[in-house]
Amino acid sequence: MINTGANSNSTPARPRPLSPNIQIYRPQLTSVLSIANRVTGLILSFGAVGLVVWLSAAATGPQTYGVVQGVIESWAGQVVLFGCTFAFFLHLCGGIRHFVWDTVHGFELRSIYISGWTIVAASVVLTAAAWTISLFVAGGHP
Amino acid sequence: MTRDSFRSPLARALGLGTAKSGVQHWWAERVAAVALVPLCLWFAASIIAHAGSDRAVFIGWIRTPLATSCMTLLLIALFHHSALGLQVVIEDYVHSGVRFVAIVAVRLGCYGLAVIGIFATLHIAFGG
Repeated sequence: MINTGANSNSTPARPRPLSPNIQIYRPQLTSVLSIANRVTGLILSFGAVGLVVWLSAAATGPQTYGVVQGVIESWAGQVVLFGCTFAFFLHLCGGIRHFVWDTVHGFELRSIYISGWTIVAASVVLTAAAWTISLFVAGGHP
Repeated sequence: MTRDSFRSPLARALGLGTAKSGVQHWWAERVAAVALVPLCLWFAASIIAHAGSDRAVFIGWIRTPLATSCMTLLLIALFHHSALGLQVVIEDYVHSGVRFVAIVAVRLGCYGLAVIGIFATLHIAFGG
């Protein structure tokens, strides 16, 4: 039961009807990207904690930095970092899409779907580009 | 005469709607977001450019005046935006008495982390 509203104190004979919520609807690009923007924001909040840990380790000394760098360079660390990269670009592109909406533009259904698929494509391309260039640059410093 | 009567009708009505003080919150989140666009792109580009480098190179990079300034600004904007964003998530899903505690904890946690990050940055930049 999500919302019992004002009837929470009484016991009705049968459950009160609820307004349709998220689990009723078939997922659409619009709703999925709205949820994705929030989820990526949450993921990036944890990523921000990682940034502070990384900076603190760099400030503390070579030994501590080595431990953190070891975690980042591990298989699991690279998967998390890759996920954070995609979350970063999706949240960035989604945020820019919100800036356009804030100027009261792009609310037509067609525009919303065009901008939606654009940010998905841009995030995939930017993530791939960031990792390709990173691996290329890292190859120069073995 | 109660204290309340000294306040104008407008002052008593402000903030009592369902949105409370939503505009300030929304606006602050957007201002931080505007700052984050160039700062995050700078950060991503710098990390990519230094991929595979060792600690000495990263330290040397953070010590540059541009990187010290941008990293400090990034940490301020990032954790301000995070605190505001996480607050909305808590307000949407936490309905019990824990809500107030959770919002305060997130606020203090975000500002604490920002200070730790800025201190680490300045320590790298100016420490021996």
